[in-house]
Amino acid sequence: MFYSSLTDASRLQFAVTAMYHWLFVPLTLGLGFIVAFMETRYYLLCKKAAKNPADSLSIQNNADFWLKTTKFWSTIFAINFAIGVATGIILEFEFGTNWSNYSWFVGDIFGAPLAIEGVIAFFMESTFFAVMYFGWNKVSKKFHLASTWLTAIGANISAIWILVANSWMQHPVGMHFNPDTARNEMVDFAAVVFSPTAISKISHTISSSFMLAAVVVIAISCWYLLKGREMEFAKKSIKLSAIFGLCSALFMAWSGDNSAYNVAKTQPMKLAAMEGLYNGEKDAAISIFGILKPGYEQGSDENPFYFNIKVPKILGYMANRKAGAFTPGINDIIEGGYQFEDIDGNEYTAKSFKDRQLNGKVAIKSLELYHFAKQQGDTSKLAELRNILQDNFKDFGYGYLKTPKESIPNVPLCYYSFRVMVGLGCYFILFFIASLLLLRAEKRGGKPLEKRKFLLRIALLSLPLIYICSQAGWVVAEVGRQPWTIQDLLPVQASVSGIKASSVYTTVIIFITLFTALLAAEIKIMCTQIKKGPHVNEE
Amino acid sequence: METLQLYWWAVVSLLGALLVFLLFVQGGQSLIYTIAKEESHRLKLIALLGHKWEITYTTLVTFGGAAFASFPLFYSTSFGGAYWLWISILLLFVIQAVSYEFRNKQNNFLGKRIYDFFLFLNGSLGTILLGVAVGTLFTGGAYIMDKLSIIQVDSPIVSSWTNSWHGLEAIANPFNLLLGLVVLFAARTLGLLYTGTYISELKAKCHKLLKVTAPAFVLLFVAFVVALALRTGYTCNPQSGVIEAVKYKYLLNYLELVWPLVLLLVGVVLVLLGIGSALFCKKESCFISKNTFYVTGAGVVLAVWSILIVAAFNNTVYFPSTVALQESLTLAKSSSSHFTLKTMAYASIAVPFVVAYIAVVWKKMTDKR
Repeated sequence: MFYSSLTDASRLQFAVTAMYHWLFVPLTLGLGFIVAFMETRYYLLCKKAAKNPADSLSIQNNADFWLKTTKFWSTIFAINFAIGVATGIILEFEFGTNWSNYSWFVGDIFGAPLAIEGVIAFFMESTFFAVMYFGWNKVSKKFHLASTWLTAIGANISAIWILVANSWMQHPVGMHFNPDTARNEMVDFAAVVFSPTAISKISHTISSSFMLAAVVVIAISCWYLLKGREMEFAKKSIKLSAIFGLCSALFMAWSGDNSAYNVAKTQPMKLAAMEGLYNGEKDAAISIFGILKPGYEQGSDENPFYFNIKVPKILGYMANRKAGAFTPGINDIIEGGYQFEDIDGNEYTAKSFKDRQLNGKVAIKSLELYHFAKQQGDTSKLAELRNILQDNFKDFGYGYLKTPKESIPNVPLCYYSFRVMVGLGCYFILFFIASLLLLRAEKRGGKPLEKRKFLLRIALLSLPLIYICSQAGWVVAEVGRQPWTIQDLLPVQASVSGIKASSVYTTVIIFITLFTALLAAEIKIMCTQIKKGPHVNEE
Repeated sequence: METLQLYWWAVVSLLGALLVFLLFVQGGQSLIYTIAKEESHRLKLIALLGHKWEITYTTLVTFGGAAFASFPLFYSTSFGGAYWLWISILLLFVIQAVSYEFRNKQNNFLGKRIYDFFLFLNGSLGTILLGVAVGTLFTGGAYIMDKLSIIQVDSPIVSSWTNSWHGLEAIANPFNLLLGLVVLFAARTLGLLYTGTYISELKAKCHKLLKVTAPAFVLLFVAFVVALALRTGYTCNPQSGVIEAVKYKYLLNYLELVWPLVLLLVGVVLVLLGIGSALFCKKESCFISKNTFYVTGAGVVLAVWSILIVAAFNNTVYFPSTVALQESLTLAKSSSSHFTLKTMAYASIAVPFVVAYIAVVWKKMTDKR
């Protein structure tokens, strides 16, 4: 009970910090590049003006427009940057304060990407951010432009390393368990960095962040159009962002498919929860939308859905990339016995929960006996016990679980979050296409964008939707992998620190209060900056 | 393996030492109610420090990341055990990050005064608590640690604190508190030198305050070094792994290793030269100036680095357990594997390159003020 409550408190604290952090980070990841494109335009126009003295006035006017635009979006970037950094440091230190067992058990592998992120990327981002924001009159135009690009690149490299670390938790590779030190140790750094899970997570998360930034720029620009202000600024911002957003969204859709395949092969329980799929199927159908029965228990004979609209065969193909393959449901994963092909193409008969639980217990017991034999100086048994441990280590974490139910994530939360993410993702592809088509229509003599009040209002209302979409993606990723901090190797209850649940709940309350106050401040400041418009010369 | 462990302790310590130097930003913040009472002065002070806070912040994050990656058992034991100490430090740094960006913006929800207070709190209490946390490397904590706890399915906690203060008791330890005050006064001294150099209107005020702050820093530092030299430390026999108390352990470390002593002495000389020059030299170039700031800063880096080196080199137990001595941490016991340390050592080749571009940007952004 003590650990369950502590685990819940620790999970709540991490979830709160991560969700607040993710309100600010995706905007900076994408907006950095949008600002860099704008400033590049400004820089090239300045160069052009210098080469063409005859037209220099009109070119310079155009350049000034892009300078004003760049500065405005830089300000929005800077407001988000600070609070993103502030919530980020808490996440890093929370691994130590709240997940100390985890930090020791896998710090050898997990810590390295975080350290490298600090040295390689975070310094780049923060050093050049100072130039980007404060350096307009202190450095040359060229140096400033380079700094803006390096800030954007640094922010994204930073995100890549964090996502490498996160991916490793979802699909632990490149390590082995050392019975002498009783923890995992890295043996192949390249396998950690270039794991298929890391590649798909990086591509999916970063492209979704670009998309978020593009929607934010478009929504704010549409507000100007609704108010009849800053027409040129708004339309040019929309055009640039819609192109950037559409490219990102198409890439994101492709990477989403890749991600689904990856999840199917490395975290089949997560995929089953995302689909509300209790009983597996050959050539499984994908659920478009359904309503799950609340309180539905695994193993029940009832239909888990009140209704479920499905499209045949799609899920089977997404999960297996071939026809005729079986996609396991939650019941199958608990019962085992089906044929399963893993991400490396190895085919085997899936083990049941009970078998895995037994393997886990054997692994834990053999670790204990290994140390006992070592203490007794009985070296003859060491090799044998080491082998037993290694043979069963894949299921080490199941030794901590008591019932099959503990191995199942929150199905309704995963199911609905997945639909929210995918549904809104598809909507935003149409959103970008529509933005570009309407601008094109206007250019060809059609109705000006500012007259399409209804559509502008929809664009403005889309602003919260992109944040919901982005958060829903992380809910799927993180709730879907429960109960594991490291897939199959360490469950949450064995990852926490030895502190009181009440202490953690106290810090949760402090964090929520502080973050909410800071969020309120950020929103008020952003709204004020937006109302002031791009005339302001921020320095 | 041992070489790599020493290398990484040296790197983490160097990051810690650089962090103390970069706390001049915090030192400057702690002065906002003293030297920048008028809004025009305060605006200038915040603009000056606002160009540099990210570097300090990033160094803190990297210090944490490097400690996590190279000595995960220290990271988990200290952070998970001294919970309230670390959470307080975190909160004090969170409020700093936003204050620079939000303070001067219209409709900033909390108002200028609150953000000023956040900066002051971070600058004063934040630096003291960081010093206290570093002090625990010598004074330790009330933890028990057993790597094999992982086999206890119902209670697999590897390291846990045995009192319910969870790090708050570290603040009441006079040695930790002394180090906290040393860090605060080092930060304030550097903050005064930096502010006085770049804000001409505040130069006289900075000089006046430096007359009190710098001697206080020197006296506190001397008191700390004496306390450290007289302190009983713990050594771990590399063969048997047995830990035992050694009188004057840190003094012996200085005498046996020698090079940290050289670092310390050079550091002290540079600090005295820097602040002495700033206080007593009549020439404009060596009064409060860029030179005095960097010379003092270099001295602080060397001195802090040497103190952190003797905390763990020479088979010294760092972060000793006050309740189960034999479970205390040593570099060998708490480090990552050989492979991880080696991989990160390759990544650390990028550090000089990082330092170089920071130096270029620093110069460009500071000189044109």
